[in-house]
Amino acid sequence: MVLEEIFSVFLGIFTDYTLRYVALGSAILGITSGALGCFTVLRKQSLFGDALSHAALPGIGIAYLLAGTKDSLLLMLGAAVFAWFGGIVTLAITSTTRIKQDAALGITLSVFFGLGIVFLTYLQSIGGASQGGLDRFLFGQAAALIEKDVINLGILAAGCFVVLIIFFKEFKIATFDSSFGQSLGFPTKYLSALLTSVIVVAVVIGLHTVGVVLMVAMLIAPAAAAKQWISSLKNMLILSAVFGGLSGIIGSMISSTTEGMSTGPVIVITITAILGISLVFSPKQGFLFQFIRRRKQFQNNSDQIPNISGKGKPRGD
Amino acid sequence: MMELKSGQKDLTKTSPIEIKNLSVTYRTEPALWNIDLNFPEGKMIAIVGPNGAGKSTLIKAIMGLVPITAGKVSVYGKPYSSQRRKVAYVPQRGSVDWDFPTDALDVVEMGLYGRLGWLRRPNSQTRDKARECLAKVGLEEYTDRQIGQLSGGQQQRVFVARALAQDPQIYLMDEPLNGVDAITEETILSILEDLRKEGNTIVMVHHDLQTVDKYFDWVVMLNRNLVGSGPIKEVFTKDNLDKTYREKQRVSLG
Repeated sequence: MVLEEIFSVFLGIFTDYTLRYVALGSAILGITSGALGCFTVLRKQSLFGDALSHAALPGIGIAYLLAGTKDSLLLMLGAAVFAWFGGIVTLAITSTTRIKQDAALGITLSVFFGLGIVFLTYLQSIGGASQGGLDRFLFGQAAALIEKDVINLGILAAGCFVVLIIFFKEFKIATFDSSFGQSLGFPTKYLSALLTSVIVVAVVIGLHTVGVVLMVAMLIAPAAAAKQWISSLKNMLILSAVFGGLSGIIGSMISSTTEGMSTGPVIVITITAILGISLVFSPKQGFLFQFIRRRKQFQNNSDQIPNISGKGKPRGD
Repeated sequence: MMELKSGQKDLTKTSPIEIKNLSVTYRTEPALWNIDLNFPEGKMIAIVGPNGAGKSTLIKAIMGLVPITAGKVSVYGKPYSSQRRKVAYVPQRGSVDWDFPTDALDVVEMGLYGRLGWLRRPNSQTRDKARECLAKVGLEEYTDRQIGQLSGGQQQRVFVARALAQDPQIYLMDEPLNGVDAITEETILSILEDLRKEGNTIVMVHHDLQTVDKYFDWVVMLNRNLVGSGPIKEVFTKDNLDKTYREKQRVSLG
Protein backbone atom coordinates (compact mmCIF):
# COMPACT_ATOMS: atom_id res chain seq x y z
CA MET A 1 0.00 0.00 0.00
CA VAL A 2 2.62 2.47 1.10
CA LEU A 3 4.94 1.39 -1.67
CA GLU A 4 2.19 1.89 -4.19
CA GLU A 5 1.62 5.40 -2.97
CA ILE A 6 5.28 6.25 -3.11
CA PHE A 7 5.44 4.83 -6.61
CA SER A 8 2.50 6.90 -7.80
CA VAL A 9 4.07 10.06 -6.38
CA PHE A 10 7.32 9.19 -8.06
CA LEU A 11 5.47 8.60 -11.32
CA GLY A 12 4.06 12.08 -10.91
CA ILE A 13 7.42 13.53 -11.91
CA PHE A 14 6.86 12.17 -15.39
CA THR A 15 3.14 12.68 -15.71
CA ASP A 16 2.32 15.74 -13.62
CA TYR A 17 3.40 18.88 -15.41
CA THR A 18 3.60 21.05 -12.29
CA LEU A 19 5.44 18.52 -10.19
CA ARG A 20 7.94 17.92 -12.97
CA TYR A 21 9.07 21.54 -13.01
CA VAL A 22 8.96 21.89 -9.25
CA ALA A 23 11.13 18.81 -8.84
CA LEU A 24 13.46 19.84 -11.63
CA GLY A 25 13.89 23.37 -10.27
CA SER A 26 14.50 22.05 -6.77
CA ALA A 27 16.98 19.50 -8.07
CA ILE A 28 18.91 22.20 -9.95
CA LEU A 29 19.08 24.24 -6.77
CA GLY A 30 20.13 21.23 -4.69
CA ILE A 31 22.88 20.19 -7.09
CA THR A 32 24.33 23.69 -7.42
CA SER A 33 24.16 24.67 -3.77
CA GLY A 34 25.37 21.21 -2.80
CA ALA A 35 28.54 21.49 -4.86
CA LEU A 36 29.30 25.11 -4.03
CA GLY A 37 28.31 24.74 -0.41
CA CYS A 38 31.37 22.48 0.02
CA PHE A 39 33.56 25.54 -0.34
CA THR A 40 31.40 27.53 2.06
CA VAL A 41 31.79 24.82 4.68
CA LEU A 42 35.51 24.17 4.08
CA ARG A 43 36.31 27.88 4.21
CA LYS A 44 34.34 28.07 7.46
CA GLN A 45 32.05 30.65 5.90
CA SER A 46 28.71 29.02 6.58
CA LEU A 47 27.33 32.12 8.22
CA PHE A 48 28.73 34.18 5.38
CA GLY A 49 26.43 32.20 3.08
CA ASP A 50 23.55 33.02 5.40
CA ALA A 51 24.38 36.73 5.32
CA LEU A 52 24.60 36.66 1.51
CA SER A 53 21.15 35.13 1.13
CA HIS A 54 19.50 37.48 3.61
CA ALA A 55 21.18 40.44 1.93
CA ALA A 56 19.54 39.45 -1.35
CA LEU A 57 16.06 40.34 -0.12
CA PRO A 58 16.14 44.15 -0.52
CA GLY A 59 17.54 43.60 -4.02
CA ILE A 60 14.31 41.94 -5.03
CA GLY A 61 12.23 44.83 -3.74
CA ILE A 62 14.41 47.46 -5.39
CA ALA A 63 14.53 45.62 -8.71
CA TYR A 64 10.74 45.51 -8.66
CA LEU A 65 10.47 49.18 -7.70
CA LEU A 66 12.79 50.25 -10.51
CA ALA A 67 11.57 47.97 -13.25
CA GLY A 68 7.97 47.48 -12.24
CA THR A 69 7.82 43.90 -13.46
CA LYS A 70 8.01 40.56 -11.76
CA ASP A 71 10.23 39.17 -14.48
CA SER A 72 12.20 36.55 -12.59
CA LEU A 73 15.54 37.26 -14.27
CA LEU A 74 15.39 40.92 -13.35
CA LEU A 75 14.49 40.17 -9.75
CA MET A 76 17.33 37.65 -9.59
CA LEU A 77 19.74 40.26 -10.88
CA GLY A 78 18.65 42.66 -8.15
CA ALA A 79 19.02 39.89 -5.59
CA ALA A 80 22.51 39.01 -6.84
CA VAL A 81 23.71 42.60 -6.71
CA PHE A 82 22.53 42.99 -3.14
CA ALA A 83 23.86 39.63 -1.99
CA TRP A 84 27.25 40.67 -3.34
CA PHE A 85 26.93 44.07 -1.73
CA GLY A 86 26.11 42.39 1.57
CA GLY A 87 29.25 40.30 1.27
CA ILE A 88 31.39 43.36 0.59
CA VAL A 89 29.85 45.25 3.50
CA THR A 90 30.70 42.35 5.81
CA LEU A 91 34.30 42.27 4.59
CA ALA A 92 34.56 46.05 4.87
CA ILE A 93 33.32 45.99 8.46
CA THR A 94 35.85 43.35 9.53
CA SER A 95 38.78 44.95 7.72
CA THR A 96 38.24 48.57 8.74
CA THR A 97 36.87 48.28 12.26
CA ARG A 98 37.63 46.20 15.31
CA ILE A 99 34.35 44.34 14.94
CA LYS A 100 34.96 40.62 14.53
CA GLN A 101 33.54 38.56 11.72
CA ASP A 102 30.68 36.92 13.61
CA ALA A 103 29.36 40.29 14.74
CA ALA A 104 29.84 41.77 11.26
CA LEU A 105 27.86 38.91 9.75
CA GLY A 106 25.11 39.42 12.29
CA ILE A 107 24.94 43.11 11.44
CA THR A 108 24.79 42.57 7.68
CA LEU A 109 22.31 39.75 7.94
CA SER A 110 19.79 41.54 10.11
CA VAL A 111 20.11 45.01 8.60
CA PHE A 112 19.73 43.82 5.02
CA PHE A 113 16.92 41.48 5.95
CA GLY A 114 15.16 44.30 7.79
CA LEU A 115 15.61 46.55 4.79
CA GLY A 116 14.17 43.84 2.57
CA ILE A 117 11.11 43.45 4.75
CA VAL A 118 10.58 47.22 4.74
CA PHE A 119 10.64 47.25 0.94
CA LEU A 120 8.32 44.30 0.59
CA THR A 121 5.74 45.58 3.05
CA TYR A 122 5.89 49.04 1.44
CA LEU A 123 5.36 47.55 -2.00
CA GLN A 124 2.48 45.54 -0.67
CA SER A 125 0.83 48.60 0.84
CA ILE A 126 1.02 50.69 -2.33
CA GLY A 127 0.51 48.11 -5.01
CA GLY A 128 -2.44 45.89 -4.18
CA ALA A 129 -2.69 42.33 -5.32
CA SER A 130 -0.01 42.17 -7.98
CA GLN A 131 2.78 42.65 -5.46
CA GLY A 132 1.58 39.85 -3.25
CA GLY A 133 3.94 37.48 -5.02
CA LEU A 134 7.11 39.10 -3.78
CA ASP A 135 6.98 37.73 -0.27
CA ARG A 136 7.32 34.23 -1.67
CA PHE A 137 11.05 34.90 -1.75
CA LEU A 138 11.09 34.76 2.03
CA PHE A 139 10.48 31.04 2.25
CA GLY A 140 10.39 30.24 -1.43
CA GLN A 141 7.50 28.94 -3.44
CA ALA A 142 8.70 26.12 -5.59
CA ALA A 143 5.13 25.27 -6.57
CA ALA A 144 5.04 28.48 -8.58
CA LEU A 145 7.96 27.45 -10.79
CA ILE A 146 7.12 27.33 -14.46
CA GLU A 147 9.06 26.08 -17.46
CA LYS A 148 10.63 29.46 -18.18
CA ASP A 149 11.92 29.78 -14.59
CA VAL A 150 13.41 26.32 -14.69
CA ILE A 151 15.25 27.08 -17.94
CA ASN A 152 16.66 30.25 -16.38
CA LEU A 153 17.75 28.36 -13.27
CA GLY A 154 19.34 25.69 -15.44
CA ILE A 155 21.37 28.25 -17.39
CA LEU A 156 22.59 29.93 -14.19
CA ALA A 157 23.50 26.59 -12.66
CA ALA A 158 25.38 25.56 -15.80
CA GLY A 159 27.33 28.82 -15.59
CA CYS A 160 28.29 28.03 -11.99
CA PHE A 161 29.53 24.59 -12.94
CA VAL A 162 31.57 25.86 -15.88
CA VAL A 163 33.41 28.26 -13.55
CA LEU A 164 33.78 25.54 -10.92
CA ILE A 165 35.27 23.06 -13.37
CA ILE A 166 37.63 25.56 -14.99
CA PHE A 167 39.00 26.86 -11.68
CA PHE A 168 38.72 23.71 -9.59
CA LYS A 169 42.45 23.42 -8.94
CA GLU A 170 42.75 27.13 -8.09
CA PHE A 171 39.69 27.08 -5.80
CA LYS A 172 41.12 24.06 -4.04
CA ILE A 173 44.48 25.64 -3.27
CA ALA A 174 42.89 28.98 -2.32
CA THR A 175 40.66 27.12 0.13
CA PHE A 176 43.19 24.70 1.61
CA ASP A 177 46.28 26.90 1.85
CA SER A 178 45.63 30.42 0.69
CA SER A 179 49.01 31.97 1.46
CA PHE A 180 50.86 29.07 -0.16
CA GLY A 181 48.69 29.49 -3.25
CA GLN A 182 49.54 33.17 -3.23
CA SER A 183 53.26 32.36 -2.99
CA LEU A 184 52.88 30.29 -6.17
CA GLY A 185 51.42 33.34 -7.90
CA PHE A 186 47.70 32.59 -7.75
CA PRO A 187 45.75 35.72 -6.78
CA THR A 188 43.88 33.99 -3.99
CA LYS A 189 41.96 37.14 -3.05
CA TYR A 190 40.46 37.41 -6.51
CA LEU A 191 39.81 33.70 -6.56
CA SER A 192 37.92 34.02 -3.28
CA ALA A 193 35.91 36.87 -4.76
CA LEU A 194 35.11 34.75 -7.81
CA LEU A 195 34.09 31.85 -5.60
CA THR A 196 31.85 34.16 -3.56
CA SER A 197 30.26 35.39 -6.79
CA VAL A 198 29.46 31.85 -7.86
CA ILE A 199 27.97 31.16 -4.43
CA VAL A 200 25.86 34.31 -4.86
CA VAL A 201 24.48 32.82 -8.07
CA ALA A 202 23.63 29.62 -6.19
CA VAL A 203 21.86 31.70 -3.54
CA VAL A 204 19.88 33.48 -6.24
CA ILE A 205 18.85 30.14 -7.74
CA GLY A 206 17.54 29.20 -4.31
CA LEU A 207 15.36 32.28 -3.91
CA HIS A 208 12.45 30.77 -5.84
CA THR A 209 12.65 27.41 -4.20
CA VAL A 210 13.60 27.72 -0.55
CA GLY A 211 13.79 31.49 -0.12
CA VAL A 212 16.34 33.71 1.59
CA VAL A 213 15.72 32.47 5.11
CA LEU A 214 16.31 28.78 4.53
CA MET A 215 18.88 29.04 1.76
CA VAL A 216 21.85 28.59 4.07
CA ALA A 217 20.69 25.06 4.88
CA MET A 218 21.01 24.15 1.20
CA LEU A 219 24.62 25.32 1.27
CA ILE A 220 25.70 23.74 4.53
CA ALA A 221 23.74 20.54 5.03
CA PRO A 222 24.65 18.63 1.82
CA ALA A 223 28.32 19.55 2.19
CA ALA A 224 28.46 18.63 5.87
CA ALA A 225 26.75 15.32 5.08
CA ALA A 226 29.10 14.53 2.19
CA LYS A 227 32.17 15.35 4.26
CA GLN A 228 31.24 12.48 6.59
CA TRP A 229 31.64 9.89 3.84
CA ILE A 230 34.32 11.22 1.55
CA SER A 231 38.06 11.85 1.65
CA SER A 232 38.75 13.86 -1.49
CA LEU A 233 37.46 17.29 -2.41
CA LYS A 234 36.28 16.26 -5.86
CA ASN A 235 34.24 13.35 -4.54
CA MET A 236 32.90 15.51 -1.73
CA LEU A 237 31.60 17.99 -4.30
CA ILE A 238 29.98 15.23 -6.33
CA LEU A 239 28.35 13.51 -3.36
CA SER A 240 27.20 16.81 -1.92
CA ALA A 241 25.60 17.70 -5.27
CA VAL A 242 23.88 14.31 -5.32
CA PHE A 243 22.58 14.79 -1.76
CA GLY A 244 21.36 18.29 -2.62
CA GLY A 245 19.69 17.15 -5.84
CA LEU A 246 18.07 14.15 -4.17
CA SER A 247 16.65 16.23 -1.36
CA GLY A 248 15.25 18.66 -3.95
CA ILE A 249 13.44 15.86 -5.76
CA ILE A 250 12.32 13.96 -2.66
CA GLY A 251 11.26 17.16 -0.91
CA SER A 252 9.13 18.33 -3.80
CA MET A 253 7.52 14.89 -4.10
CA ILE A 254 6.65 14.76 -0.41
CA SER A 255 5.18 18.24 -0.44
CA SER A 256 3.10 17.39 -3.51
CA THR A 257 1.29 14.69 -1.55
CA THR A 258 -0.30 17.15 0.84
CA GLU A 259 -2.26 20.21 -0.12
CA GLY A 260 -0.68 23.41 1.12
CA MET A 261 2.58 21.85 2.30
CA SER A 262 5.31 24.28 1.36
CA THR A 263 8.08 22.76 -0.77
CA GLY A 264 11.11 24.73 0.43
CA PRO A 265 10.89 23.80 4.10
CA VAL A 266 10.23 20.16 3.21
CA ILE A 267 13.37 20.12 1.04
CA VAL A 268 15.35 21.58 3.93
CA ILE A 269 13.97 18.95 6.30
CA THR A 270 14.88 16.23 3.79
CA ILE A 271 18.48 17.37 3.44
CA THR A 272 18.71 17.69 7.22
CA ALA A 273 17.54 14.08 7.52
CA ILE A 274 20.31 13.03 5.11
CA LEU A 275 22.78 14.97 7.25
CA GLY A 276 21.48 13.27 10.39
CA ILE A 277 21.87 9.82 8.84
CA SER A 278 25.39 10.70 7.71
CA LEU A 279 26.41 11.96 11.13
CA VAL A 280 25.28 8.73 12.76
CA PHE A 281 26.09 6.04 10.22
CA SER A 282 29.14 7.11 8.21
CA PRO A 283 31.85 4.49 8.80
CA LYS A 284 34.78 6.84 9.41
CA GLN A 285 33.35 9.65 11.45
CA GLY A 286 29.84 8.58 12.38
CA PHE A 287 28.70 8.52 16.01
CA LEU A 288 27.67 4.90 15.84
CA PHE A 289 30.97 3.44 14.64
CA GLN A 290 32.95 5.76 16.85
CA PHE A 291 30.94 4.55 19.79
CA ILE A 292 31.52 0.91 18.82
CA ARG A 293 35.23 1.52 18.33
CA ARG A 294 35.54 3.22 21.68
CA ARG A 295 33.65 0.39 23.34
CA LYS A 296 35.98 -2.17 21.77
CA GLN A 297 39.04 -0.21 22.76
CA PHE A 298 37.76 0.07 26.29
CA GLN A 299 37.13 -3.65 26.48
CA ASN A 300 40.56 -4.43 25.05
CA ASN A 301 42.19 -2.12 27.52
CA SER A 302 40.37 -3.54 30.48
CA ASP A 303 41.41 -7.01 29.32
CA GLN A 304 45.04 -6.04 29.13
CA ILE A 305 45.48 -3.85 32.17
CA PRO A 306 45.98 -5.96 35.27
CA ASN A 307 43.14 -5.41 37.62
CA ILE A 308 44.48 -3.52 40.58
CA SER A 309 41.40 -3.64 42.70
CA GLY A 310 41.37 -7.39 42.37
CA LYS A 311 37.66 -7.42 41.60
CA GLY A 312 36.16 -8.60 38.34
CA LYS A 313 34.99 -5.25 37.07
CA PRO A 314 37.11 -2.42 35.70
CA ARG A 315 37.22 0.46 38.11
CA GLY A 316 35.26 3.60 37.71
CA ASP A 317 32.54 2.14 35.53
CA MET B 1 71.27 27.25 -13.88
CA MET B 2 73.96 24.72 -13.09
CA GLU B 3 76.27 27.47 -11.96
CA LEU B 4 73.75 28.74 -9.50
CA LYS B 5 73.45 25.29 -7.98
CA SER B 6 77.19 24.60 -7.80
CA GLY B 7 77.63 26.42 -4.52
CA GLN B 8 80.93 27.97 -5.54
CA LYS B 9 81.69 31.50 -4.52
CA ASP B 10 81.10 33.89 -7.36
CA LEU B 11 81.44 37.52 -6.45
CA THR B 12 79.52 38.81 -9.46
CA LYS B 13 76.49 36.81 -8.38
CA THR B 14 73.65 38.57 -6.61
CA SER B 15 72.45 37.49 -3.19
CA PRO B 16 69.52 35.06 -3.17
CA ILE B 17 67.54 37.47 -1.02
CA GLU B 18 68.32 41.11 -0.54
CA ILE B 19 66.20 43.23 1.79
CA LYS B 20 66.54 47.01 1.86
CA ASN B 21 64.93 49.30 4.46
CA LEU B 22 61.98 46.97 4.85
CA SER B 23 59.14 48.05 7.12
CA VAL B 24 55.84 46.28 7.58
CA THR B 25 52.97 47.75 9.55
CA TYR B 26 49.81 45.97 10.62
CA ARG B 27 47.20 48.69 11.05
CA THR B 28 49.15 51.08 13.29
CA GLU B 29 51.42 48.51 14.89
CA PRO B 30 54.87 48.20 13.32
CA ALA B 31 55.75 44.53 12.81
CA LEU B 32 59.11 45.08 11.16
CA TRP B 33 61.12 48.27 11.25
CA ASN B 34 63.75 49.30 8.71
CA ILE B 35 65.31 45.91 8.09
CA ASP B 36 68.48 45.76 5.97
CA LEU B 37 69.53 42.22 5.26
CA ASN B 38 71.36 40.04 2.76
CA PHE B 39 70.99 36.29 2.85
CA PRO B 40 74.08 34.42 1.65
CA GLU B 41 73.71 31.60 -0.85
CA GLY B 42 74.09 27.96 0.08
CA LYS B 43 73.66 28.39 3.82
CA MET B 44 71.36 27.09 6.52
CA ILE B 45 69.95 30.27 7.97
CA ALA B 46 67.95 30.54 11.20
CA ILE B 47 65.66 33.44 12.00
CA VAL B 48 65.28 33.75 15.76
CA GLY B 49 63.49 36.17 18.04
CA PRO B 50 60.70 36.31 20.63
CA ASN B 51 57.01 35.93 19.84
CA GLY B 52 55.72 38.87 17.87
CA ALA B 53 59.21 39.80 16.70
CA GLY B 54 58.11 39.65 13.08
CA LYS B 55 59.84 36.38 12.09
CA SER B 56 56.92 35.02 10.07
CA THR B 57 56.18 38.50 8.78
CA LEU B 58 59.72 38.75 7.43
CA ILE B 59 59.32 35.52 5.48
CA LYS B 60 55.91 36.56 4.20
CA ALA B 61 57.16 40.00 3.24
CA ILE B 62 59.86 38.43 1.07
CA MET B 63 57.13 36.74 -0.97
CA GLY B 64 54.81 39.73 -0.94
CA LEU B 65 52.22 37.89 1.15
CA VAL B 66 51.89 40.88 3.46
CA PRO B 67 51.73 44.48 2.27
CA ILE B 68 55.05 46.24 2.60
CA THR B 69 54.95 49.74 4.10
CA ALA B 70 58.41 50.74 2.90
CA GLY B 71 61.52 49.20 1.42
CA LYS B 72 62.38 46.68 -1.21
CA VAL B 73 62.97 42.96 -1.48
CA SER B 74 64.79 41.29 -4.34
CA VAL B 75 65.32 37.62 -5.06
CA TYR B 76 68.46 37.03 -7.09
CA GLY B 77 68.40 40.70 -7.98
CA LYS B 78 64.84 40.77 -9.29
CA PRO B 79 61.39 41.27 -7.75
CA TYR B 80 59.89 38.14 -6.20
CA SER B 81 57.00 38.11 -8.66
CA SER B 82 59.37 37.23 -11.49
CA GLN B 83 61.30 34.70 -9.41
CA ARG B 84 58.55 32.58 -7.89
CA ARG B 85 59.88 29.35 -9.36
CA LYS B 86 63.12 29.76 -7.41
CA VAL B 87 61.37 29.94 -4.03
CA ALA B 88 59.39 27.40 -2.03
CA TYR B 89 57.34 28.40 0.99
CA VAL B 90 56.63 26.07 3.88
CA PRO B 91 53.95 27.73 6.03
CA GLN B 92 53.37 26.95 9.68
CA ARG B 93 51.65 23.62 10.06
CA GLY B 94 48.88 25.22 12.10
CA SER B 95 47.98 27.59 9.29
CA VAL B 96 45.87 25.05 7.41
CA ASP B 97 42.87 22.90 8.27
CA TRP B 98 44.15 19.31 8.42
CA ASP B 99 40.56 18.11 8.39
CA PHE B 100 40.37 19.17 4.73
CA PRO B 101 39.21 16.30 2.50
CA THR B 102 42.45 15.42 0.76
CA ASP B 103 45.33 12.94 0.99
CA ALA B 104 49.09 13.33 1.37
CA LEU B 105 49.81 12.89 -2.35
CA ASP B 106 47.31 15.56 -3.30
CA VAL B 107 48.87 18.10 -0.93
CA VAL B 108 52.36 17.44 -2.31
CA GLU B 109 50.99 17.80 -5.83
CA MET B 110 49.90 21.32 -4.94
CA GLY B 111 53.60 22.23 -5.02
CA LEU B 112 53.41 21.74 -8.78
CA TYR B 113 50.36 23.93 -9.34
CA GLY B 114 52.56 26.97 -9.90
CA ARG B 115 54.34 25.18 -12.71
CA LEU B 116 51.05 23.98 -14.17
CA GLY B 117 49.70 27.50 -14.17
CA TRP B 118 46.06 28.30 -14.93
CA LEU B 119 43.70 25.79 -16.50
CA ARG B 120 46.11 22.88 -16.78
CA ARG B 121 45.20 19.96 -14.58
CA PRO B 122 47.41 17.73 -12.47
CA ASN B 123 48.35 14.65 -14.49
CA SER B 124 50.26 11.39 -14.19
CA GLN B 125 53.56 13.27 -14.42
CA THR B 126 52.77 15.55 -11.50
CA ARG B 127 51.52 12.56 -9.55
CA ASP B 128 54.77 10.67 -10.14
CA LYS B 129 56.80 13.66 -9.09
CA ALA B 130 54.69 14.06 -5.95
CA ARG B 131 55.09 10.38 -5.11
CA GLU B 132 58.85 10.70 -5.54
CA CYS B 133 58.96 13.65 -3.13
CA LEU B 134 56.84 11.85 -0.54
CA ALA B 135 59.34 8.99 -0.71
CA LYS B 136 62.18 11.42 -0.04
CA VAL B 137 60.62 12.38 3.29
CA GLY B 138 59.97 8.74 4.11
CA LEU B 139 56.21 8.78 3.60
CA GLU B 140 55.90 6.55 0.52
CA GLU B 141 53.49 4.30 2.40
CA TYR B 142 51.19 7.18 3.27
CA THR B 143 50.36 8.55 -0.19
CA ASP B 144 46.65 7.78 0.05
CA ARG B 145 46.37 8.63 3.72
CA GLN B 146 43.83 11.26 4.68
CA ILE B 147 45.94 14.18 5.90
CA GLY B 148 43.95 14.44 9.14
CA GLN B 149 45.05 10.90 10.03
CA LEU B 150 48.75 11.70 9.81
CA SER B 151 50.72 12.53 12.95
CA GLY B 152 51.96 16.08 13.42
CA GLY B 153 55.44 15.11 12.33
CA GLN B 154 54.14 13.37 9.24
CA GLN B 155 52.03 16.39 8.35
CA GLN B 156 55.12 18.56 8.58
CA ARG B 157 57.02 16.18 6.32
CA VAL B 158 54.18 16.38 3.78
CA PHE B 159 54.71 20.15 3.74
CA VAL B 160 58.45 19.65 3.21
CA ALA B 161 57.74 17.20 0.38
CA ARG B 162 55.49 19.80 -1.22
CA ALA B 163 58.37 22.29 -1.15
CA LEU B 164 60.73 19.66 -2.66
CA ALA B 165 58.26 19.17 -5.50
CA GLN B 166 58.71 22.82 -6.42
CA ASP B 167 62.42 22.25 -7.16
CA PRO B 168 63.42 25.66 -5.83
CA GLN B 169 66.78 27.19 -4.96
CA ILE B 170 65.51 28.98 -1.86
CA TYR B 171 63.43 27.39 0.89
CA LEU B 172 61.50 29.74 3.19
CA MET B 173 60.26 27.68 6.12
CA ASP B 174 58.12 28.84 9.01
CA GLU B 175 58.94 26.78 12.11
CA PRO B 176 59.10 23.39 10.37
CA LEU B 177 60.57 21.80 13.50
CA ASN B 178 57.91 23.08 15.86
CA GLY B 179 56.42 20.24 17.87
CA VAL B 180 57.63 17.41 15.64
CA ASP B 181 58.95 14.03 16.73
CA ALA B 182 62.64 13.13 16.72
CA ILE B 183 62.42 11.07 13.51
CA THR B 184 60.83 13.95 11.65
CA GLU B 185 63.38 16.45 12.91
CA GLU B 186 66.18 14.15 11.79
CA THR B 187 64.58 13.45 8.41
CA ILE B 188 63.92 17.10 7.66
CA LEU B 189 67.39 18.20 8.72
CA SER B 190 69.21 15.55 6.69
CA ILE B 191 67.16 16.46 3.60
CA LEU B 192 67.88 20.14 4.11
CA GLU B 193 71.57 19.45 4.66
CA ASP B 194 71.70 17.63 1.30
CA LEU B 195 69.90 20.51 -0.36
CA ARG B 196 72.32 22.99 1.15
CA LYS B 197 75.29 20.99 -0.13
CA GLU B 198 73.83 21.30 -3.61
CA GLY B 199 73.98 25.06 -3.19
CA ASN B 200 70.39 25.76 -2.14
CA THR B 201 69.64 28.40 0.44
CA ILE B 202 67.51 27.44 3.41
CA VAL B 203 65.89 30.08 5.59
CA MET B 204 64.06 28.81 8.63
CA VAL B 205 62.17 30.47 11.44
CA HIS B 206 63.47 28.62 14.45
CA HIS B 207 62.39 28.81 18.07
CA ASP B 208 64.71 26.37 19.82
CA LEU B 209 67.76 28.41 20.82
CA GLN B 210 69.57 25.29 22.12
CA THR B 211 69.96 23.86 18.63
CA VAL B 212 70.81 27.00 16.66
CA ASP B 213 74.59 26.49 16.65
CA LYS B 214 74.17 22.77 15.97
CA TYR B 215 71.92 22.99 12.91
CA PHE B 216 72.67 26.34 11.28
CA ASP B 217 75.62 28.23 9.91
CA TRP B 218 74.04 31.67 9.76
CA VAL B 219 71.64 33.45 12.07
CA VAL B 220 69.29 36.42 11.78
CA MET B 221 68.28 37.86 15.14
CA LEU B 222 65.10 39.82 15.02
CA ASN B 223 62.90 41.83 17.29
CA ARG B 224 60.96 44.13 15.00
CA ASN B 225 64.34 45.72 14.40
CA LEU B 226 67.27 43.70 13.14
CA VAL B 227 69.56 42.92 16.08
CA GLY B 228 72.17 41.05 14.11
CA SER B 229 72.79 38.90 11.07
CA GLY B 230 75.83 36.81 10.19
CA PRO B 231 77.77 33.62 10.88
CA ILE B 232 76.71 31.90 14.11
CA LYS B 233 80.08 32.36 15.81
CA GLU B 234 80.13 36.11 15.29
CA VAL B 235 76.50 36.98 15.80
CA PHE B 236 74.87 34.38 18.05
CA THR B 237 76.38 35.89 21.20
CA LYS B 238 75.02 36.34 24.68
CA ASP B 239 75.06 40.06 24.15
CA ASN B 240 72.90 39.83 21.05
CA LEU B 241 70.59 37.30 22.68
CA ASP B 242 70.02 39.71 25.54
CA LYS B 243 69.28 42.49 23.11
CA THR B 244 66.89 40.34 21.08
CA TYR B 245 64.87 38.99 23.97
CA ARG B 246 65.02 41.91 26.38
CA GLU B 247 63.58 44.35 23.88
CA LYS B 248 60.40 42.32 23.85
CA GLN B 249 59.93 42.73 27.56
CA ARG B 250 60.35 46.43 27.37
CA VAL B 251 57.76 46.66 24.62
CA SER B 252 55.27 44.53 26.51
CA LEU B 253 55.81 46.50 29.71
CA GLY B 254 55.45 49.82 27.96
